[in-house]
Amino acid sequence: MAQTLYDKLWDAHLVEQREDGTALIYIDRHLIHEVTSAQAFEGLTLAKRPVWRKSANLAVPDHNVSTLASERRGGLAALPDPVSRLQLQTLDDNCAAFDVTEILLDDPRQGIVHVMGPEQGAVLPGMTVVCGDSHTSTHGAAGALAHGIGTSEVEHALATQCLIQRKMKNFRIEVTGHLQAGVTAKDVALAIVGRIGTAGGTGYALEFTGTAITGLTMEGRMTLCNMAIEAGARCGLVAVDTTTIDYFRDKPLAPKGEHWERAEIWWRTLQSDADAEFDAGIEIDGSAITPHVSWGTSPEMVAGVHGHVPRMVDMADETARNGLARALEYMGLSEGMPISDIQPTAVFIGSCTNSRIEDLREAAAVLRGRRISPTVDKALVVPGSGLVKAQAEAEGLDQVFLDAGMEWREPGCSMCLAMNADRLLPGERCASTSNRNFEGRQGSGGRTHLVSPAMAAAAAVMGRFVSVDEVLSSGIETRGGI
Amino acid sequence: MRAFTQVDGLVAPMDRANVDTDLMVPKQFLKSIRRSGFGPNLFDELRYLDEGEADSDNSRRPINPEFPLNFPRYQGASILLARENFGCGSSREHAAWAMEDYGFCCVIAPSFADIFQSNALKNGILPITLSALQVDTLFERLYEEDKFRLRVDLEAKTVLLPDGELWSFDVDAFRRDCLLKGLDDIGITLERADVIRSFEQRHRERFPWLFEDIVL
Ligand code: SF4
Repeated sequence: MAQTLYDKLWDAHLVEQREDGTALIYIDRHLIHEVTSAQAFEGLTLAKRPVWRKSANLAVPDHNVSTLASERRGGLAALPDPVSRLQLQTLDDNCAAFDVTEILLDDPRQGIVHVMGPEQGAVLPGMTVVCGDSHTSTHGAAGALAHGIGTSEVEHALATQCLIQRKMKNFRIEVTGHLQAGVTAKDVALAIVGRIGTAGGTGYALEFTGTAITGLTMEGRMTLCNMAIEAGARCGLVAVDTTTIDYFRDKPLAPKGEHWERAEIWWRTLQSDADAEFDAGIEIDGSAITPHVSWGTSPEMVAGVHGHVPRMVDMADETARNGLARALEYMGLSEGMPISDIQPTAVFIGSCTNSRIEDLREAAAVLRGRRISPTVDKALVVPGSGLVKAQAEAEGLDQVFLDAGMEWREPGCSMCLAMNADRLLPGERCASTSNRNFEGRQGSGGRTHLVSPAMAAAAAVMGRFVSVDEVLSSGIETRGGI
Repeated sequence: MRAFTQVDGLVAPMDRANVDTDLMVPKQFLKSIRRSGFGPNLFDELRYLDEGEADSDNSRRPINPEFPLNFPRYQGASILLARENFGCGSSREHAAWAMEDYGFCCVIAPSFADIFQSNALKNGILPITLSALQVDTLFERLYEEDKFRLRVDLEAKTVLLPDGELWSFDVDAFRRDCLLKGLDDIGITLERADVIRSFEQRHRERFPWLFEDIVL
């Protein structure tokens, strides 16, 4: 019978199907970070259970780490916040006690778990991948079945190498045509979430197909799958093609020699069959997608950069009107206002959505030879990993950001969730390349507008949301003085 | 896990759609390495007027008198009534731990986000999906009646309203069984260790590269 990509991955990992509809699914790779693992290791200790298969697990500290070079130099002991330090120390201790491989804080390969994973080849096509983090959906870009889990499931995966799952339904999102210049995977993701809503993908595995998707690089596909969870889907998928295989060819943990050849044969089968049936589907014209900006407090609250904040009268019902009213109040915006009148005073380029080398190149292309607006008083660029940082520095991108008046930081989650000192102040408004604009996400009272790296760079230069061409054609080279 | 059979509980409202887990437990509290003690920080930004930190003494913080969970009439509530897509966003199980620690053992909503739903069930909290119309009715009744209570029976899969009306709901059979008996998932899965081992053997033969040690 014709199968979808998700069906194939499911079948290849199905240990046991039970009569009640649940199934045991085998987990190939388990990524671990400090925030959602301590209680799971504690559970193992209390129940005197060992880790089932040590080589399946790879840990890295990322959420809580300082991104200041001065604080990183002294290692864990030099971190100023004792509560964060204890959590990071606990990760190190647990990995040592359970013999789990960990990339330590001072390792040049340290980075955000979802950036480090594919970069090391710790995530590969055809794998099942889990992590105690909802953005594990990122790895679907590799044609892997990857999803976020809670801490009880982290413990379950550690102890049994399996998860108890129910099969999801299949949802195909076809993006046709070709993206216009200045439109990125982030804009596609925001457009999709805007279209199907934050619950539109609940219960589904999303597969992204179509020429606009196959035209994306691996980095772009990761950005897109990363945000599948913002549409409510635990996982997003892109079929394996030559782009995928070329990406993994030289990764440190990728199979070598004869294993590579066997792997490639299996990976090449990781597509939905032509006549596979999906339970749901939509088609989007990729060539019509414009650069997007989120205006509200949910990732579905988005508009094109030339669009407007919606009006009360456009809302379908009372709940929607209440939602809009609350979002406008929190965001300090008025109904119907043009998106281009919104003026961020902070800029954050980073997070597992947009902190890979390609993202930094896109932002730097807009910022090269320009300075950020004097109205922008906080501008952070946080590379996703030590390797991204080194690559960016080799290309001179760090200097572009510094010359523009931005800060160049050490890798970590940083202001994506503000667990460390990188955060917005109450009322502060930020153009952010991260994935969530929930109330308080980037700091209590902070206001987040989700955009692509190029759009964040454009907003940094102009002090308001504009399309990238407007900056490039503005002649503004030295706005704000030198 | 605590077993769940029946509850006769006071209902409190969370009258907004898309309540995310960041709102349920803000990030600064995720630094804890413990599983307990999150109750005082459930809906922290809505409940208090100041910004709480991981080491704040919550009993001394200024309470937001306008937030329903702080109203005297909802004190002691064990059932939360909510709107669609409850628990969306981050996978943090802290949200379920905070609900449990606060004293909620049941949430009723028209829909739930996947990861939260699964986390809740693993912590003895029953998410009940009712139709949007039924949830609307419950909100109306809740606002009209002081001390509005519901009786939830997991064995019978029913919700009993104060006027005697009885609604039924659906719940995953496996999850229901675990909740009723207070069973631990890991123990159940480990009973199948032989099956897992023989699968693993076949998987290793098919995909040997997945079983190499991680050498960094
Ligand atoms: S960058 Fe943000 S979304 Fe990604 S793992 Fe870190 S906190 Fe989560």
